[in-house]
Order: sequence, then C-alpha cells, then structure tokens
Amino acid sequence: MFIINLNKVDVARKVSDMQIGEKAIITGFLDEQLSTKLLEMGFIPGTTIQFNFSAPLGDPICVTVSGYDLSIRMDEASMILIGNG
Amino acid sequence: MDDHQRIKVALAGKPNSGKSSLFNQLTGLNQKTGNFPGITVEMKTGVCQLSRNQKAEIIDLPGVYTLYPRSVDEKIVAEIFSNNNSIFFPDRVIVLADATNLRNCLLLLTQLIDLGFPTVLALNMMDLAVKSGQSVDVGKLSKMLDVPVVIVNAREGHGIDELKKILVNPIKPSGKRVFNLNGELASIVDEIKNHFKLQSEYEAYQYIQQYPHLSFLSVEDKNFINDVCERNKFFHGKFQGAETIHRFGFIQDLLNEVILELPKPEWNLRTRQLDRILTHKIWGYIIFLGLLFVIFQAIFSWAQQPMDLIDYGFAELGSFLNQKLPNGPFFDLITQGILPGLAGIIIFIPQIAILFAFVSVLEESGYMARVVFIMDKIMRKFGLNGRSVVPLMSGWACAIPAIMATRTIDNWKDRLITIFVTPFMSCSARLPVYAILVALIIPSDQFLGILSLQGITMMGLYLLGFLAAIISAYIMKLIIQSKERSYLVMELPTYRMPKWSNVGYTIVDKTKAFVFEAGKIILAISVILWVLASYGPSEKMNNAESIVRNEVVSEGLSELELQNRIASYRLEQSYAGIIGKSIEPVIQPLGYDWKIGIALVTSFAAREVL
Repeated sequence: MFIINLNKVDVARKVSDMQIGEKAIITGFLDEQLSTKLLEMGFIPGTTIQFNFSAPLGDPICVTVSGYDLSIRMDEASMILIGNG
Repeated sequence: MDDHQRIKVALAGKPNSGKSSLFNQLTGLNQKTGNFPGITVEMKTGVCQLSRNQKAEIIDLPGVYTLYPRSVDEKIVAEIFSNNNSIFFPDRVIVLADATNLRNCLLLLTQLIDLGFPTVLALNMMDLAVKSGQSVDVGKLSKMLDVPVVIVNAREGHGIDELKKILVNPIKPSGKRVFNLNGELASIVDEIKNHFKLQSEYEAYQYIQQYPHLSFLSVEDKNFINDVCERNKFFHGKFQGAETIHRFGFIQDLLNEVILELPKPEWNLRTRQLDRILTHKIWGYIIFLGLLFVIFQAIFSWAQQPMDLIDYGFAELGSFLNQKLPNGPFFDLITQGILPGLAGIIIFIPQIAILFAFVSVLEESGYMARVVFIMDKIMRKFGLNGRSVVPLMSGWACAIPAIMATRTIDNWKDRLITIFVTPFMSCSARLPVYAILVALIIPSDQFLGILSLQGITMMGLYLLGFLAAIISAYIMKLIIQSKERSYLVMELPTYRMPKWSNVGYTIVDKTKAFVFEAGKIILAISVILWVLASYGPSEKMNNAESIVRNEVVSEGLSELELQNRIASYRLEQSYAGIIGKSIEPVIQPLGYDWKIGIALVTSFAAREVL
C-alpha cells in the first residue's frame, strides 16, 4: 500500500508548506480516511503537484495535479506529504 | 414501440465532463425529474429515439469520479449499478469522458468494466484537447480497453448519431478485468457472489465494500454480509485506497500507450489570468457582490412586469368567469379557491426562471466553483461551507429549490445547517408583505438625493434575513456535534462560454419542479383557505345577507356599503373568522384584532407550504 509515515511528520514537507508556483512530487498521506478521497481525485503518490494560488483568506488553495486544477483546503493540504521532484 | 422493449441506458461521468449537454442532446425536452426510490435524491431520466423502432430511456447519473460515494446524491450511482432489480438497472452504459483530463475519467470506467456492464466510452471536448496540443490514439484506446469509443462534441451535437448507432445494438461487455480479486479476498468474494447469485466478482466486492448504505439490501442481507466480513477480518473501506492506486496504475500504463502527444502546459493560460482577477482578495469579492446585486435587482425589477401581467390576467379571468358562470358553491370554488391558488403559483415563475437563469450561467461558465473557492473560509466560520452559497442565493427566490440544491454538500452537518438556515433568506413570497409594510411605515423621501428610503429599508430587511441565517448557523454549529470530516476537494474547471440551450433546459426543469412539487401544496392550501373563509358552522353564515340587511336597515347605507358589510359579516362568522377570533386574546397586546389574526394564520400557512 501507499506510505503513511507517522514518524517523520515534523521533517517531511507537506503541500501546505509549498510556495506559490512551486512543484513537488506527492509521496504519501498522513490520514488514511482522507487519502482514499484524495486518491480518487488523482492525488497519486509519484505524481507532480503544483501550487498555483490561494483563496483571498489563504484557504482553500488551488493546485494542479496531473494537468488539472483542483481546490483543496489547508486542512487537506497539510495531510499530503511531498518530496522534491 | 411499447415500454417493454425500451432499453435503459445509464449516462455516467465525472462532474464538468459535459454530461448535462449530452443528456440534453440525447433527450431534448423529453425529460422528467423524479425521486429515486428509497432515498430522496432527484433523478433525471429522458427518452431518446435511438433508431426508427428503438427507444431508450436515458438515466442521467450525478457526476462522480468513482462508485464510492461522498455525498447523498452520489449514493444512487452504486445503488443503480449493484441492484439488478432496480427499475433503473441499465442495459447499457455510456461513460462520458473529458478528453482534456482522461486520467480522472477512466477510474469509473474501469470499475464499470469490472462490473461487467456493456459500456461505451464517449470522448467529449476533443476540440479543447486538440487545442491544448494533446493527441490520442482512439483506436488503440478502444482496443486496449476492449470497449467501443466514440468521439462526441456534446455542446455542438457532433457524434451523437454515431453514439446512438452503437447503443441500438447489444454491446459486448469488455473482456478486461482491471482489479483482480485474488489472494485473501477470493474466498470472501466467492461466498457473497454465490449467496446473492451475482454476475461478477467485482459486484460481490461492491456489496462487501458498500453494504451499510445500499438501500435495497434487507437487514438479513446486511447481517449476512457483516458476518462474512467479520469471519474474514474484513471491514468495509479496507483496500479502497489500494484499489484506487491499482486502477490508476492500469490507467497510467494505458495512457502511456495511447497519448501520442502531451498537452502544452500553458494551454489554459486564459483561465489562469481570469482566476487572478476573479479570486483576487479585493476584486474577487467586489465582483461577486456586484453579481449578487445584479441578480437581486433582476429578480425584483425585471420580474415585476411579467408578474403584474400574470396578476392582471388572473384578475381579468376571475371577473370574466364570475360573470359567465352561474352562481353556486362549485363555481365559487373555481373562481375563489382554485383560480387564486393557480395565480399564486404562476406568479412566482418569472422570479424562479430568472434566478435559475443566473445560477445556470454561473455554473456553466465555471464561475460557481470560484464562488465556492473564495467563500469557503468565511462560510466555514459560521458552520456553513463554500457549497452553501448556491442554496442560500436560491433562497431569495424560493426555499424549495434552495433546499433541493443542498444535496451536493457532502458533509452531513454542513448540509443540515444549510437546510435549516435557508428559510431565513427572505424569499420572494414575502416580498408583497414587506412591500406593504415598507410603504405604510417608511416615508417615500429621498436620501442623499438618489436613494429612496423605502429602497434602503427593503434592502435592510433582506440583510436582516441574511444575518438571521448566519447567526443561527453559527449557533447550530456550536450545538450539533459531528465527528464526520468535511472535505472540499473540488475541480476548478476551465472557464467556458455557457451553452445557452443548457441554460434554457435548466430553467424549464427547475420551473417545472417548482410548479408541480410546490404547486400541488399551494393549490390545496388555497382551496382549504377558501373553504375556511366561506363556510361557517352556524346558521348565521347562511343567512348573512338577511341578518345584515335587518341590522342596518335604519342606517340608510348604499348598496355597495351594504355588500361590504355582508362580506365582512360572513368572514367574521366563517371558520377562518372563528380561528382569527380565538387567537385574538394572544395578539391583542400587539394591537391586532381578529382580522389581522386571520391574515397571520393564512400567511403562516402560505409560508409553511413554501
């Protein structure tokens, strides 16, 4: 199955830490329940994710995953682990 | 051709893939909206002439990415595909895919292939895909999936005939199996499959995964599945993530083969530029508020003329019938009970049509997703959610379609709060009451030269309703406890010009729903109120005319005044009058008498039915 790595929480970067315009590779999720939903929408470990812009109050944010734009909340973004692509 | 030979075709696909356009292309105006049995979710079906002697019933499913549901309305997808006794169980399935985003469209297709449905893949938006620089080997795609593929343009209506031609003849189900249920799952799947005599392994797997919310399974069935699961240490939801990853792995391999050229990354530059303005921290809200103001204006000023016309028409018709029809309780029922009831329904049609014209344009263009995007954080502070904005806006015209629109909210608590607070939004039925009150109390002076005081007060009344909605949402947020997580993973579609015929279909559909759903009740109440106001328990009611004539014989009244007297005497003696009088002690401290009491009771009834 996919990586749920609870030990590295403090070191691993998450989508919520990304800068505008930054690209990264999805490596895993911190929440199993949420991960099933995110997977179905195309957040597959190994794919590239790009942070486009955030809503006026900083939440939710718009990201591009496998070529299309999605809106996710910061709560959700902080559950997606990323690595450098 | 009679109904027995009519085949059933389910139309599935993810949101924003152009499903409603294709549905409208296939069925035209032969559509009807009904309730899905067992769960109160709306279902759209329509009839399509496939060939000269073959008709098909097209079932429009809610837009989903997968068989696993997230919101109430998505549940019916799994229901329909796993219950072969359902009246909606399809003979063939169309999966509509957005060619610019094939990957996310194929997930559902692979699930349907595993269920063994005869499926056809319709590739939509190829024009956009070509524009983006992407090219796809359609022949290879069809061969690798073992599924017929048609290129359609749902907006323009291209490829519809080819699609129909494929649907007329039986379609061979794909021989592919994407998700293999071997290993530890094999025995449990076999047990369920044999017990329920199912066609495919994956159908049995769906039973195991989804049994708690499949409404067609009996309690015994659910207990049986539960026992089997417990014995095998399986819980529903287990492996869902693994299944999705496996399917996407298959899809990625497939796409590596069939996508000849990838889209250029900057192809949707225009959408990005528009987003920079429309989701800007200042401009975004100004534009949204401006739009709300335009909609508000439109509902109340553009609708005024047609509404006056309808009002006038019914008044004319009423007096015409009054003259032509003989007297008697039956004809009174028509002119005083049924006719005003009909007028009360039809008078709201202009406002509802205008509101849904706007909502539909905003949805079609892709702007609505941005409204959800910029409003989500604010709405969440009050226990609502970005998706509550549309129902609340619809509340201005009528609470019924507004509450129907809450079904897209996936979180139970957010949905409940939205339903609860929507009626606080001042709906158009309250407008006449406000108008009279404002005209009575507020002087028609000008404020700062341009704004009329009455107009400002009117606006204030609406703001008050909005504030009441927000505050009660906040209170409910504190009261209701829910462990359910709220999600907002939502696609932000590319901006497009709305397709005007789709807007037209939405208007017709929503208006029809209002007239037939709400209309029945309004009409019934109107008739009941008429009965209450024109019949009374005592002899006094029947002899009203002679009693009044005797009473006032000394006052020397004119004939008109006499008629008024008789009418008010009748009202006083009627059931409605009795009800009004019986609540008089309660409302007397407010300075009201029994006549206002009647008005209160009847307006309360009118509000409640709405």
